[in-house]
Amino acid sequence: MNTAVDTLTFVRRDQQAALPPPSLARGPLAWIRENLFSGPLNSILTLAVLALLFVAIPPVLRFAITDAVWTGTNRDACRAETAGRAVGACWAFVFDKINYFIYGSFPITERWRVNVVFALFAIGVFWLLNLRMPRRDLGALFFFVFVPLATYILLVGSDTLGLTYVPTSLWGGILVTLLVSAVGIVFSLPFGVVLALGRRSKLPIIRLLSIIFIEFVRGVPLITVLIMANTMLPLFLPEGMSVDRLIRPLVGVALFASAYMAEVVRGGLQAIPKGQYEGAMSLGLGYWRMMILIVLPQALRIVIPGIVNTFIGLFKDTTLVSIVGIFDFIRTIEASRVDPNWAAPTVATTGYAFAGIFYFIVCYGMSRYSTGVERRLAAGQKR
Amino acid sequence: MPTSASTQAPPKVSPFYDPKVRGIVYQVVLVSAVVLLFYLAASNAARNLQAARIASGFGFLDNTAGFDVSQSLIRFSAAGSTYGQAFTVGLLNTLVVGVIGIFFATILGFLVGIGRLSKNWIVAKVATVYVEVIRNLPLLLQLLFWYVAVLAALPEPRESLNIGAGFFLNKRGLTMPKPILDDRAWLIPVMLSLGIVLTVAFHLWAKRQQAATGRQYPVLLTGLALIIGLPALAWIGLGVASHNPITFELPEQGRFNLRGGTSLLPEFVALFLGLTTYTAGFIAEVVRAGILAVSKGQTEAANALGLRAAPTLRLVVIPQAMRVIIPPLTSQYLNLVKNSSLAVAIGYPDLVQVFMGTVLNQTGQAIEVVVITMAVYLTISLVTSFFMNIYNRRVAIVER
Repeated sequence: MNTAVDTLTFVRRDQQAALPPPSLARGPLAWIRENLFSGPLNSILTLAVLALLFVAIPPVLRFAITDAVWTGTNRDACRAETAGRAVGACWAFVFDKINYFIYGSFPITERWRVNVVFALFAIGVFWLLNLRMPRRDLGALFFFVFVPLATYILLVGSDTLGLTYVPTSLWGGILVTLLVSAVGIVFSLPFGVVLALGRRSKLPIIRLLSIIFIEFVRGVPLITVLIMANTMLPLFLPEGMSVDRLIRPLVGVALFASAYMAEVVRGGLQAIPKGQYEGAMSLGLGYWRMMILIVLPQALRIVIPGIVNTFIGLFKDTTLVSIVGIFDFIRTIEASRVDPNWAAPTVATTGYAFAGIFYFIVCYGMSRYSTGVERRLAAGQKR
Repeated sequence: MPTSASTQAPPKVSPFYDPKVRGIVYQVVLVSAVVLLFYLAASNAARNLQAARIASGFGFLDNTAGFDVSQSLIRFSAAGSTYGQAFTVGLLNTLVVGVIGIFFATILGFLVGIGRLSKNWIVAKVATVYVEVIRNLPLLLQLLFWYVAVLAALPEPRESLNIGAGFFLNKRGLTMPKPILDDRAWLIPVMLSLGIVLTVAFHLWAKRQQAATGRQYPVLLTGLALIIGLPALAWIGLGVASHNPITFELPEQGRFNLRGGTSLLPEFVALFLGLTTYTAGFIAEVVRAGILAVSKGQTEAANALGLRAAPTLRLVVIPQAMRVIIPPLTSQYLNLVKNSSLAVAIGYPDLVQVFMGTVLNQTGQAIEVVVITMAVYLTISLVTSFFMNIYNRRVAIVER
């Protein structure tokens, strides 16, 4: 009997195709099972949330898109009686009023000046906030010196340049919202830095005054500061001198934002290791050169996310100037929604929805930016 | 000689470059500038007030107010009340909306914050969307939305929305059952306070017992039994002895209006909804950050010691998370109280609306009114941060 094995017939020559993974361990079904129905409590929660979404989302979509009115020139388009159908959002109202929302009552022939201001502002923001841009020190100079001056000349007007004078009472809308936030940003950063340095100063009186100012402003609501600026500022000035109605809330916003900025910057100053201060001093640098050349560049870099968060808060808070009678974006919406020409039931909601979209885009954009910077700054620590 | 340098006096510095002298000069200059500024402002203000014939001093607080307030916890009438009482009304209204708002914002905020960390994908996503939307929209816009777009769109009183349990919603606000207290109903709150005191006492005793003997006592269950049981017992006892001490007057749907019950102003409802949902978005972030701040090693160590999920959460994670959560949580509470001043935009009679609005306009005494109002908010802020600092010192990690 031949016991030798001639051919290894029991060895497969070709590889068997891999079996598909068990359907409950991989793939969409497994994902659903793991993330939505992993236990009785989770299943109930999932079903409850789904039910909630099912109830909430279709009416919103119907309101905003399906039933919405996109064209029209007056209220007839947006009233169910005259339009002959159920009416959702009245976007025609927004399209009709869009110029008022952006420029307020700024003279139509001069609106290009506002556009130039918007463009300058956008360039400045991009230059300063994009960490890859060259010469960001020049960008800071551009943003904190050139843009404010140019804005002032362009908006107010100047005889030598042939720009007609436009009183601030005609300014309004997004222009004013942007202006108030820009003034807040441009003033709060340097003031905030000075206040933060004051709070950490070794000179007792300077420290005390900084603490009093910061804690006072942070302890009261912005609206009281604005009302104070509105009613008390004129009292404190000599007779015959008056402050423009738009300047008063600007002063209030700038002071308010500085105090919050000071606390953010102080956080950065405290995070700088003591060796940096000692190293600067051992090189023979004086206080200001130590701060400007060594400490502040590092401290401000760390707190960029905090600064941007303060800007987001500031941008949202500028809506409060509408309460003291400034025609900012919210105020123009409030004024437009009671316009008899557009008297329709859904106009107010549409106006608020539009404002909501605007504020959300700006604020969410800023917060995404700050998360991005945070991640970038943290990259050095992550190994 | 090497010793000669050490015996020498330090080199003389010109006073111009001496940091000490410079510091003193800086401070003197700053103080004089501040004093000068205040002096100029005060003298101008005095002259301007005289020119405008506006009285000064706090005497106006005793003058008759002459205006009505739509919601007041104390008795207030246009003819018989003073500006001082108007101040109290505004302050109480601010505190009411603040306290109720804080209570509900905390609950909602913790739910959303925990929801964002949930393993359930859809719950986490919905919570994230909620937080992002709420936090990126101005509060004023949200208040106007609630007040103008939601509440004003509700039906007229005669076709009120019946929510059930005697709650009705219409254009004029929320109408709900009104509790009518018997003259012996005081027993119930007294029993409630007694229950709370006994619970605290039992908790302290149980803690000492556990430290001494290691035996644990059911503090939570006993506390619940005391706090809920004692008032319930009082209620039932009074009911059995004679008749029910607390009855509810249910609002009824009349032909044109609701009859009976008690109503909340639409302004209050809008402000409450706006403040609660807004602050809850921020509290949710605070809670999330606090829970994430407890490192995973803590949970793993607890598991290694044999603790199950619930005790791990209760004894290890939550105490450490609370240490991170409580300071920013307090500042959110302060923000809520400060933000309640936006009531002025929708006409809820809070401190700013009543005092800085109506009273300021009527009397023209801007300085006094502004100073008083700011002093109130400052006091609330400073007192809270004082207690916060004490708490922080107590819970701070003891470093070696």
